[in-house]
Amino acid sequence: MSMADLWPLLTAIAIVMMIVPTIGLYMTFVERKVAALVQDRLGPNRVGPLGLFQAIADAIKIMLKEQVTPAQAQKVLFMTAPGIGLVASLMAIAVVPFGPVPTDQPAGVFRFMIAPGVDIGLLFLLAVSSLSAYGIILGGWASNNKYSMYGAIRSCAQFISYEVPLGLSILGIVAYSGTLSIEGIVASQSAGILHWNIWWQPLAAIIFFTSALAETNRLPFDLPECEQELVGGFHTEYSGIKFVLFFLAEYTHVVTVSFLVALLFLGGWHFPGVPSPAVGLTGSAILSMLILVIKVMMVVFFILMLRWTLPRFRFDQLMGLAWKGLIPLAMANLLGVVIVLSLGGSRWIMLPVSIALFVAGGYASALSFERAGRPVPPRPSTHLIKQGVA
Amino acid sequence: MTDKKRKTIKWAEEPKIGFAEAIYLPAIVEGLKTTLRHAFEPRKTKQYPEEKPDLPLNYRGLHRLNRDDEGRVKCVACYLCQTACPANCITIVAAQPPSDDPHWAGRDKFPASFEIDELRCIYCGMCEEACPVDAIELTSIYDLTGMSRDEMIFDKEKLLSVFDKTVGGDKDPIRTHHGALGPASEIDLRTAQVAPPPPGHGRPG
Ligand code: SF4
Ligand code: SF4
Repeated sequence: MSMADLWPLLTAIAIVMMIVPTIGLYMTFVERKVAALVQDRLGPNRVGPLGLFQAIADAIKIMLKEQVTPAQAQKVLFMTAPGIGLVASLMAIAVVPFGPVPTDQPAGVFRFMIAPGVDIGLLFLLAVSSLSAYGIILGGWASNNKYSMYGAIRSCAQFISYEVPLGLSILGIVAYSGTLSIEGIVASQSAGILHWNIWWQPLAAIIFFTSALAETNRLPFDLPECEQELVGGFHTEYSGIKFVLFFLAEYTHVVTVSFLVALLFLGGWHFPGVPSPAVGLTGSAILSMLILVIKVMMVVFFILMLRWTLPRFRFDQLMGLAWKGLIPLAMANLLGVVIVLSLGGSRWIMLPVSIALFVAGGYASALSFERAGRPVPPRPSTHLIKQGVA
Repeated sequence: MTDKKRKTIKWAEEPKIGFAEAIYLPAIVEGLKTTLRHAFEPRKTKQYPEEKPDLPLNYRGLHRLNRDDEGRVKCVACYLCQTACPANCITIVAAQPPSDDPHWAGRDKFPASFEIDELRCIYCGMCEEACPVDAIELTSIYDLTGMSRDEMIFDKEKLLSVFDKTVGGDKDPIRTHHGALGPASEIDLRTAQVAPPPPGHGRPG
């Protein structure tokens, strides 16, 4: 590979490696602003115009902080765990396009992606992003502290459970577009707003979004770091820059997930009226990139709003949602897509099917709640009162 | 279990989970509506150092030692405030003024030293209530800072300077503001004629 072929790759890597941690840093700022917005406050507004330098001030402050390593910790793993988490979530970005990447683009021009043309893009992404659980699990275990350990175990269980619906939910789209590469899937939605996958796979979109949220450990699924029960969860013992790395990993994960939702379900960089760019850095390419970024920002904002809207799940509810709700629904959805496609039917059949599945799932769940609650066992005391014993 | 007890016990029933609750979406939409509504509501934040709070006149902040008409410290060193103080933060040393000094004419006792430990004080206002001559009052100064603990022990001069700083302002403590002081402070000390206060001229309440 000559240098001429390499420069687009290096540029893309440089952009991603510079932008993504900055976004992670600014996510903390945006999160605080959104929190303030929802709570009728102003939020950080003292450092710089509109408080925009707050994130930088926070970063400097936390880098200067003391880093405590507990005496009983497994030193090596304790040190490496945050790095593992961050590297895993950064690696996932390699196959995520951050701007328009036409499938037939020649090599040697700038592309908005580190590794274009990876045919197993989605598979790689799912595999690598679930690696970031290692950071949490190792960190929690190496801290040698029961709260950290509980956090790590919860995280482990949560990751394993939600990996399944996460993968299952996008298989329908993969089957329809016939490729695992993300550019390919976006290309299959290029024909207009009605071709976006969310219209014919709304159920898959809900399942994917929910499981992805659980994978990022964000509220309402932040059981691994639930303050009321576990002090800080897996990061109880972490301080200073190591603590930040964990959160950088989490925010990077949030950004990746938002990109995926926008790319897989919301038509990626396509928008009616904006011509699809053919090659390289042109005006329409930049416009398309802005469209993608706006879609991603909307998803991010939605995730942040959800945090202040929903209370945390109880752990059995969390597991129940994955195993009794999302996985069967995702399975049925996939089955539906496969049957419709193999019989040569229109994919629009899947829209009513999705809705019917969702309603059926809700009905079954309500029914099971009712069953669980039906033969109300008499409370011991009322029981005895009725018999005149007490 | 007695009848009465049985009646007062309330059994809480778990809310019923129906279809709407089981699919989560209505609840999520409902919650998002609330959060979004708050996002567009007027802010409740006060930008503090620029925007000062409007305190009521009976706010209990930093103390001040009042002066009488001749600029002397009004306090007669009766120790009532020191006795009343629940936090034990007032320390008074009483002294007799030199009898031939015209400045102290008519006064036979004054505080040689008067110290309040502002860090110990709980700002309860008992000293103010106890004082028979309305010599001590709590002002609405709340942003009290110092570089050391010693600096936060306010002596007589400092407390008098608080009076000089706050007197006559629109934030004068409420009793001085109204001009209705305690009966003992109306006594003309120079002639020492103990007269009952005119009716309706005492402290309100
Ligand atoms: S306000 Fe209360 S605590 Fe403070 S000096 Fe007066 S009596 Fe003591
Ligand atoms: S109660 Fe009033 S007059 Fe008596 S010592 Fe205290 S401040 Fe002075």
